[in-house]
Amino acid sequence: MLFGLKHHDELVRDERNLLDPMVELHLHPAVKIDKDKNEVHLKNGVVIKYDIVVIATGSRPAPEMIPGLREGGHWFYEVDACLKLRHELMTFKGGKIVLAIGLPHKCPVAPLEVTYMLDDWFKQRGIRDKVEYTYTYPIGRLHGLEPVAHFAAKTFPKHGILTETLFNMKEVDANKRTITSLEGVTLKYDILLTIPPHKGAQVIEDSGLGQNGFIPTDKFTLKMEGTTNVYVVGDTTNLPISKAGSTAHFESDIIVENIASELREGLTPFRYDGKVFCFIETGLSKATYIMFDYNTPPNPVAPSALIHWFKLTYNKVYWLTPMGVL
Amino acid sequence: MADVNLKDIKPTITVDARGTYCPGPLMELIKEMRQQPVGSIIELISGDAGSAKDVPEWLSKVHQEFMGVIEETGYWRIFSKKVKEM
Repeated sequence: MLFGLKHHDELVRDERNLLDPMVELHLHPAVKIDKDKNEVHLKNGVVIKYDIVVIATGSRPAPEMIPGLREGGHWFYEVDACLKLRHELMTFKGGKIVLAIGLPHKCPVAPLEVTYMLDDWFKQRGIRDKVEYTYTYPIGRLHGLEPVAHFAAKTFPKHGILTETLFNMKEVDANKRTITSLEGVTLKYDILLTIPPHKGAQVIEDSGLGQNGFIPTDKFTLKMEGTTNVYVVGDTTNLPISKAGSTAHFESDIIVENIASELREGLTPFRYDGKVFCFIETGLSKATYIMFDYNTPPNPVAPSALIHWFKLTYNKVYWLTPMGVL
Repeated sequence: MADVNLKDIKPTITVDARGTYCPGPLMELIKEMRQQPVGSIIELISGDAGSAKDVPEWLSKVHQEFMGVIEETGYWRIFSKKVKEM
């Protein structure tokens, strides 16, 4: 969508049509989850009693956590913000782009993907030589995953991408068009492309379930710590693993199996092994992927057009997942 | 600070980052350092030997306190304290 290649309407579906007709759907925000009384309170006043609850309240970009970021920065994680950045890019004739990253954030490979894709896109538009692109990263290498960091370190120089590591956003001066890091480095920009730090849902904090909206969760059972009937899935956990769609996908398999098994036999034998799978776009026509779990580190394969096309195919196939087919 | 003292510390929060590759132990510490209030003691448990070197370096750059590290069998317990807002 950022490059104008997809329209918003192509990326959304009606929830009711995706769900099994047996599922009772309430499209109202939860304002309180009372784990002692086994109740979920909705904004419209309805109170839902439960025997087992699965909390999947996700996370959202919180640019307000960095002074000046909302005024001076762009991001592509929300529809309106993405369209605003798209407009900026479409009229961009050249200058300095700085990419800066907050913690925690969804999709840890997104900073790399957008960098490679923008590099290709600027080449296609014939302005790559007029763009100075600086990729910053919070730690002392180019990605949290060491093999991915090596991959980036090997490929970035070929693309003329500048780097600044140990760079954690402190503040943005929208008038001077500068961003300063906690580590004391200030960079000038024409477009500040950021991945803002994320927060969990307000209802989690309001219900006293977890700081910043993230719930303390057992890494194997995916139950909220200290509870027997509260499961937590996806970005809502406080687990130090990727906040990514595939994490939620593989966690869901375990939770569904355990709930079914508990209802049938009173057992919850399934354990999450930390499995995550992520495609990584390495431009507009090639991609690689990584797959890892608690015991197996990732190892990106050589990028290829085939993987890129597989990712595009999966984007279409994805809708089978919320339908419970895949 | 000697190991014997570190073992007596009651951390405000413990982050067990063993067996987690993405985003990684130092990223988890940075996240907690930003989210916890001043005065918090954060224990980071890492299975990555590099953390014992990376963490003190980063803490020094951002002027937060490195309290010490305990090497256990196959993992490291790294203690730090948030001494100022960031």
